[in-house]
Amino acid sequence: MTPKPESTDDIELRLLLEAIAGQYHYDFRGYSMASLTRRLTQARDHFGCRSYSRLQDLVLHDPTAFPKLFSFLTVQVSELFRDPAYFRALREQVVPHLRTYPSLKVWVAGCSAGEELYSLAILFREEGLEDRTLFYGTDINPEALKKAEAGVYELDRIPLFTENHQKSGGKSSLSDYYTAAYGAAVFDKTLRKRAVFSDHSLVSDAVFAEVHLVSCRNVLIYFDRELQDRAVGLFKDSLVRKGFLGLGAKESLRFSAHAGAFTEFAPHERIYQLRGAR
Amino acid sequence: MTAANHPPEPEARPRAGAVVVGASAGAVEALSAVLPGLPAGYPLPVLVVVHVPPDKPSAMADLFRMKCAVAVREADDKEPVAPGTVYFAPPDYHLLLGRNGELSLSSEEPVLFSRPSIDVLFESAADALGPGVVGVVLTGANADGAAGLRAVRAAGGTAVVQDPATAQAAAMPRAALAACPDARVLTLDQIAAFLRGLGDRHD
Repeated sequence: MTPKPESTDDIELRLLLEAIAGQYHYDFRGYSMASLTRRLTQARDHFGCRSYSRLQDLVLHDPTAFPKLFSFLTVQVSELFRDPAYFRALREQVVPHLRTYPSLKVWVAGCSAGEELYSLAILFREEGLEDRTLFYGTDINPEALKKAEAGVYELDRIPLFTENHQKSGGKSSLSDYYTAAYGAAVFDKTLRKRAVFSDHSLVSDAVFAEVHLVSCRNVLIYFDRELQDRAVGLFKDSLVRKGFLGLGAKESLRFSAHAGAFTEFAPHERIYQLRGAR
Repeated sequence: MTAANHPPEPEARPRAGAVVVGASAGAVEALSAVLPGLPAGYPLPVLVVVHVPPDKPSAMADLFRMKCAVAVREADDKEPVAPGTVYFAPPDYHLLLGRNGELSLSSEEPVLFSRPSIDVLFESAADALGPGVVGVVLTGANADGAAGLRAVRAAGGTAVVQDPATAQAAAMPRAALAACPDARVLTLDQIAAFLRGLGDRHD
């Protein structure tokens, strides 16, 4: 496949991403361009800009525009116990290993509005591991982090969450963990008493803790391979020996520079284990 | 958009880079008339979006692996596309082709209620390959693929639509034709022959 020469649009896109990185310190230049271009086109149309250059002008000079553009640039789609088979594999295959540690740290990288972290907190409570575990939820999107702290989800999403939880081998009823009020499900505050939500970028930040499990699902698909390698490198350096890395259902380390550092622990559920010797 | 808005399709077309296919209602039958006709060693990658339910594993790749001479896989993120291989979009993910020749997946919002979306695949392939993309819209009961096929033509690529009269569900090919009036209108057998022909020219 021969790549096309750079068009005017391409030049403007490149400059827009450079401008965002320069002024707002969010660097999207290592994102997967195929889907990022699509989101930027939607943003351009949303703001009524004729070109990416106009959008760049707006974003550099109107401080209210960037947060709106930011919501186009980051993808926030998740659900509780998304891909129940993944959580079942954690429960049945990974938890027996985790039980052998006196204390545990879990990192949900790219935690969005917290769905994945609450899922893990519930699972760990069901498995009797919650009291020895500290959960880190990180994301670059401050709005998402606020939602994650709040733990409030629209009530119409609950039937799907409940079904997912049951399919994941849930040992309790999901309704034990939330209170329904005014069209919203408010999750039990005690679920996040051992959780820390914080701003952390897989693009630019460093390792911040030694952890036993990293769950980073449907985040790497938005990165190009080089940036994926950086992120997986962070996971590798964060994990204890024989620690676990869970990816999204269609993500893999097959094309990663770090593939050799991991073994395929539950290949179908995309759970990897860091090799013992480093 | 009228035919006049499209760049002309040159007689001696540039080497095709990839074939993208979209199908919805009636997809299995239609694809069964097209994909098994591709010979082993076919020189192009073929990327396929079929509208499948989001919540269960798709049987598409397994089904067609048995029927086809070419390799058949469900696409993985950042997989480099290889010639002679059919890639199905996984359920609940958009499939995109990048300019670097790698596949990308995305969990972004459904487009026209569809994830995977034919439009998303076609638009990305048009952007990645320009005149080198061949877009094929088959049977279906919605309008997905119409905007994507228009993007394929606007980039100078080749547009093929299953003859609506022969489609199990005519709405999708009709919408594609309305968006792209100069597309080649072919029966399934003719589409199979056309795709095989792209391979011959490539040798």
